[in-house]
Amino acid sequence: MRHARRIGFILTLGLAMGLTGCGQKTENTDGAQIVRIGSVAPLTGPQAHIGKDNDNGARLAVEEINAQGLTLGGKKVRLELLSEDDQADPKTATIVAQKLVDAGVAAVIGHLNSGTTIPASKYYHDAGIPQISPSATAIAYTAQGYKNAYRVMANDEQQGRVLGLYAVQKLMARKIAIIDDRTAYGQGLADEFERAARAAGAEIVTREYTNDRATDFTAILTAIKGKNPDLVFFGGMDPQAGPMAQQMKRLGLAARFLGGDGMQNANFLKLAGEGAEGAIASSPGLPLDAMPGGPAFKQKFAAKYGQIQLYAPYAYDAVMVLVDAMRRADSPEPAKVLAELPKTDYQGVTGQIRFDAKGDILGGAVTLYQAKGGVWQVLETIQ
Amino acid sequence: MEIFVQQLINGLVLGSIYALVALGYTMVYGILELINFAHGEVTMMGAMVALTVIGLLLGLNPELPGLLVVLAGVLIAVPACMLLAFAIEKVAYRPLRRAPRLAPLITAIGVSIVLQNAAMLIWGRQYISFPQILPQMSFTVLGAHVTSLQIFIVLLCMTMMAGLWWLVQKTRLGRAMRATAQSKEVAMLMGVDIDRVISATFVIGAALAAIAGVLVSAYYGLAHYYMGFMLGLKAFSAAVLGGIGNIAGAMLGGLLLGIIEALGAGYIGDFTGGFLGSHYQDVFAFFVLILVLVFRPSGLLGERVASRA
Amino acid sequence: MLEFLRRPRTRAQARAAIILLAVLLAVLPFLVEAGLSRSWVRVLDFALLYVILALGLNIVVGYAGLLDLGFVAFYALGAYLYAWLASPHFGLHLPFWAILPLGATLAGVFGVLLGAPTLRLRGDYLAIVTLGFGEIIRIFMNNLNAPVNITNGPQGINLIDPVTIAGISFGKTQQLFGITFSSAHFYYYLFLAFTLVTVFIAYRLQDSRIGRAWAAIREDEVAAAAMGINTRNIKLLAFAMGAVFGGVAGGLFAAFQGFISPESFTLWESILILCMIVLGGMGHIPGVILGAVLLTVLPEALRYLGDWQRAAVGEVVVDPGDLRMLLFGVALVLMMIYRPEGLIPSRQRKREFHAEDGVAAQEQASLYDSRA
Repeated sequence: MRHARRIGFILTLGLAMGLTGCGQKTENTDGAQIVRIGSVAPLTGPQAHIGKDNDNGARLAVEEINAQGLTLGGKKVRLELLSEDDQADPKTATIVAQKLVDAGVAAVIGHLNSGTTIPASKYYHDAGIPQISPSATAIAYTAQGYKNAYRVMANDEQQGRVLGLYAVQKLMARKIAIIDDRTAYGQGLADEFERAARAAGAEIVTREYTNDRATDFTAILTAIKGKNPDLVFFGGMDPQAGPMAQQMKRLGLAARFLGGDGMQNANFLKLAGEGAEGAIASSPGLPLDAMPGGPAFKQKFAAKYGQIQLYAPYAYDAVMVLVDAMRRADSPEPAKVLAELPKTDYQGVTGQIRFDAKGDILGGAVTLYQAKGGVWQVLETIQ
Repeated sequence: MEIFVQQLINGLVLGSIYALVALGYTMVYGILELINFAHGEVTMMGAMVALTVIGLLLGLNPELPGLLVVLAGVLIAVPACMLLAFAIEKVAYRPLRRAPRLAPLITAIGVSIVLQNAAMLIWGRQYISFPQILPQMSFTVLGAHVTSLQIFIVLLCMTMMAGLWWLVQKTRLGRAMRATAQSKEVAMLMGVDIDRVISATFVIGAALAAIAGVLVSAYYGLAHYYMGFMLGLKAFSAAVLGGIGNIAGAMLGGLLLGIIEALGAGYIGDFTGGFLGSHYQDVFAFFVLILVLVFRPSGLLGERVASRA
Repeated sequence: MLEFLRRPRTRAQARAAIILLAVLLAVLPFLVEAGLSRSWVRVLDFALLYVILALGLNIVVGYAGLLDLGFVAFYALGAYLYAWLASPHFGLHLPFWAILPLGATLAGVFGVLLGAPTLRLRGDYLAIVTLGFGEIIRIFMNNLNAPVNITNGPQGINLIDPVTIAGISFGKTQQLFGITFSSAHFYYYLFLAFTLVTVFIAYRLQDSRIGRAWAAIREDEVAAAAMGINTRNIKLLAFAMGAVFGGVAGGLFAAFQGFISPESFTLWESILILCMIVLGGMGHIPGVILGAVLLTVLPEALRYLGDWQRAAVGEVVVDPGDLRMLLFGVALVLMMIYRPEGLIPSRQRKREFHAEDGVAAQEQASLYDSRA
């Protein structure tokens, strides 16, 4: 009997916990209607720094819009951002997705990884609410036929193709070694790069692999050195790219180092130190400083949250694109917003945002940068 | 040939680091038969504390000589980690000394989660870069590149292991440790204060971990609150490979694991005609580990434990 | 709760209790949805899934005393087999009742394959080898997209068929008998059925000759062998039985999620399942069930920390995301210090932990202690 009582206590506790959580529904404060927007990214675990960055980007946009004041359908509207942690885990992602749907969010900005964005998208699709991912680049995300799934960043195919052509035609690489980090992002980008580079006539001398926790790349770099490539491409993120560049230099591997948007950030420069010099990386969209609102965004973000890690501008733009569609629909209702999203033509801090029929960003410029003297300098923008 | 030499050097440096961390696992295991899962996190804490000190000093005066600054970081990180390990043992492990062995294992996992997340709260989620202030010299040996830091890491690891061996074999404390490892009860009857001995074991292991942490972050140029997990796992595998509880075994296991990983990543593709590539590096390492354990169930240098069930 | 059911005062009481429990379980998802929200029904589904997994691992760790840190490998095998046979990946769309037995068999075979070379190992050596096995399976799943695309690598397999029974697809919200069932509700009943079967099998195994043989090996392998127990076969059987439950749970997971990728089958998952067993009360079925439910629900409940702060102080002082895992770790440590035998230990273990007589104290020293 003692057991039964104890279990009863635990159950009550659990219910009480949950009930308090659900206590708040869409009430009006100072007469404004509250519209909830979900923001999902890993806020704990190894990718937490990038996740928090996305979340901050979305938060900045929401705060700005609230400060400006938003009126939809004649009613004052206040946006509220519900941040959730999906731990970069697909299972948690679906629980979080259901939680946001239950909370009655009008739209979701997220998730960060492709591996979480794809399983979660089913729930947003079933609920009929728009999902705009700032950073999921796997082709499969928008290939599911969902009419509510959008992203504001060039997908792996678009970026990989530009990088492959650039490596062969502009950098004159003939023998290329490819490394990827075996994540959905890194592998997807590296595969597309390989396809494009091969088609352009380059020889892929070797393909090596690492993982997204690794810090020691000397073994694969040494193997690559034995193959004498003139360019090393890395599909992966800055925490690996940084030490990798450093170790290339230490091993005397003189090939050029090329990568995608995962390493085109300040953190890479810091982590790679002197090894960064000469490295080239791409980033979708125009350079931030060349955008109308770019430098201002950088300043605003820095004042509130410090340095931009990676995708904060994209999360910011995702919110802006969403609100833009709400304004045109003159309503926060998901069905009406979804009808407006395909017509998006928005000048964001990351570039001109328009969508194709699948929900991918249309055309989308890709800019190439080179690390020189400890900063990223724009090489050129490819339309 | 120079590629092979280079791979050996790569493996040797990596293996030395594994060995240094593995020593902490093996010492605690030898005495308590406890897998101290939190040991990897202590390593991470060492790196984080040292980096904070280094950052502060460089903030005060960027002209300070790099070697001195790093040394100051180590001198603060080592006692900090010793204190931390002392506290962990006292709070999380000591009350469980008489519990069945799975209970402290779960506590160890719990402590590991707590330390990781505490570090995340203190130092943030960002990867912290290690300032390049150490003098770097590069040499060429048989066509392979070696840096002064790499040589330093290997030499330091050897020295520390020799020192530890001396401590365990030749000193009073070492004798008390060995006695406690054999039988806590008998050691107690002989007048050994086993609580002190166990604390000392944790604290010494933590000192080694702190140094390893600083070395790792200096060598790879970064630190992160999550860095201890994989490092700990690899080091633990190394300790098991060599025969857990055995100091020479930890060293051998660490070096072997490092070299296996380097050669595995470098040559597995050529061996299998390109079917398996460097993505199977860890598979290769685990496979060797399993193979060794199948034929020598208590590791390479482990004592043969009689079948006592 | 179940403990109480097993030792009723009278027959009538027992019957009443069982009926009460059955009714409660039957309406639980609707209560939860009405009282909390639908996402909690999903949490409930996962709780049931983890009950199956934990009971499976409990056979290996709790009954036979073999410390297995690679249990997630079987879960992964079951999930991938389901995805291969019921998704556009290979263009196969077999019904779930055909796939689940296959998944269970595959996992069972791998259980024996893992068990065979590790028979001589004990304790922590066994732990590291099983851990390695779990990682090996995950790495293969993550990389077998070339030269032949088997697993689709890190991109995972998407659009896996939902379970369909009698023409009702569990993937959609549907009206049945005038009641609205969402996907989460359908899976709740499916998982509940599997959980009940698992609980039944677990009890029957525990009280069988095999169960007693496992207990004998756990307590003293040499003595067990001396009593004529074929320790090799009995140990392999433990691995295989545990793996079968893992494989079934994996298939259910794949159907429920509709998408699987290697990220779902990390070492952390194995550790989590082990924590469930130890936390609840190792080797004791009600304890294991409670452990699995608690560890699934607790991290989700901690999500609401932010909402509470907002309600209490008016703003979010500490980011709940920052604190969630920290509190989880603290809970694990406190739990083990103050109640190392688990929340609901078996009577035997409880006696051993709170030893008052010499015999019990001796048993305490030996139980679950692979070195003794």
